[in-house]
Amino acid sequence: MLMGLYNYWIVVVLMMVGFYIVIAHGNLIKKIVGLSIFQTSVFIFYISMAKVDGGTAPILADGITQYSNPLPHVLILTAIVVGIATTALGLALAVRIKETYGSIEEEEIQKKDNLDC
Amino acid sequence: MESLIDIVLLAFLVGIAFAIVWMKDLLAVIMLLGIYGLLSASFFVAMDAVDVAFTEASVGAGISTLLMLVTIAMTGRSEHPVRHKPFLALAVVIITGSLLIYGTLDMPYFGSAQAPVHQHVAPRYINDSIEEVGVPNIVTSVLASYRAFDTFGEVVVIFTAGMGVLALLSVVRRPKNTTGDKARDIAKIDLINDSMHEQHLVLRIVTKMLIPFIFLYAFYVQFHGDYGPGGGFQAGVIFASAIFLYAMLFGMSTARRVINQSFIQLLAAIGVLLYGSVGVVSLLNGKNFFDYSALSVDPIAGQHLGILLIELGVGCTVASVMVIIFFSFADRKDNGQNLESNGIENNLKENNKK
Repeated sequence: MLMGLYNYWIVVVLMMVGFYIVIAHGNLIKKIVGLSIFQTSVFIFYISMAKVDGGTAPILADGITQYSNPLPHVLILTAIVVGIATTALGLALAVRIKETYGSIEEEEIQKKDNLDC
Repeated sequence: MESLIDIVLLAFLVGIAFAIVWMKDLLAVIMLLGIYGLLSASFFVAMDAVDVAFTEASVGAGISTLLMLVTIAMTGRSEHPVRHKPFLALAVVIITGSLLIYGTLDMPYFGSAQAPVHQHVAPRYINDSIEEVGVPNIVTSVLASYRAFDTFGEVVVIFTAGMGVLALLSVVRRPKNTTGDKARDIAKIDLINDSMHEQHLVLRIVTKMLIPFIFLYAFYVQFHGDYGPGGGFQAGVIFASAIFLYAMLFGMSTARRVINQSFIQLLAAIGVLLYGSVGVVSLLNGKNFFDYSALSVDPIAGQHLGILLIELGVGCTVASVMVIIFFSFADRKDNGQNLESNGIENNLKENNKK
């Protein structure tokens, strides 16, 4: 059981590390880093599920009978590129927040907002 | 042997993730995230997901690291040490984690061929795709033919994100001969930038020789994606990385002269339109949206043509969106000093008035 579920447990640990960074850290860049760790853990989860013992990469060739499952690969392949595009959008927002508030620490931004109203 | 690689790589990933939590220096955090991306790419190779590994190596280890570095150059590299309710957060995380671990106990074991995920549509793709689509790389035939509609959605998301970055960060470029002092300052900054780049003589010459090969490789990945690992997504990212390399070594002002920004923005839209119009052509011929057999008399030739066209659209959009994102960030950084000081002064004035 330990070997059979090892990958999934690692995925849970990585996901929770990312989750912890997102909720406990105030720095916006660090939060985005936490989100990408969370995201990568989901990629690892899907790709681990696609693996078949004794299988090879899903590119058809003569003399091979067992392939790994291609469907999760497709889903994750596009998710990675969409992930970088959305990460870039988050970073752009962080840059604009820095320009307006002079800081990317959540608490300082909150303080400035409270002063304004 | 395979399981040993699996155990070691995943253990490394966990170690790096914990190091990222502890580190306060954001530069170190971003470097660790780059290593994390590269290690997960190696893990994907060990899991037979070659196409995914390809993408993760160029995106996770390459472009995302670069974008984050540009961002911390503008926002500062140190993190405030105070945490927001760390024990409550820890409790939430531990409870969620244990529930998830409890959930995994029902999962089929890793590598089992009887797992439900391998029973539903996967056998159809593996057994029939060569007759139905005629492309040896199953990942490409699922991505570009069976699930082309999904991929179209993903391309539109990438395009929208690129436009979002452009809307958030685009700087109005003033003509250089506006007012005397400011124009002279800008010219001086450009001169300093360019002279700084002139110092990297060896790097620049090596880069000049490398860039054609990077482009050639990108084209190979683009058009060989039917037969081996690769395709529009990976090729677009590789193509963009050659342009980034050029911009970093020769200075932004030179790169802007070489690469026309409005042309790149047009290309991003053309990629999406090319993809969508392939679907419309099959609709007009009385077939389903993205049914490529409408494109040619021979259904297999139609599939090949359709996959080639939509992969080209994907490649165009991904490459140009990556270039747009990088140039928006770098432009913001170049003009950032001026804007930032002006912005803060304005804010202070407004606050004083209140």
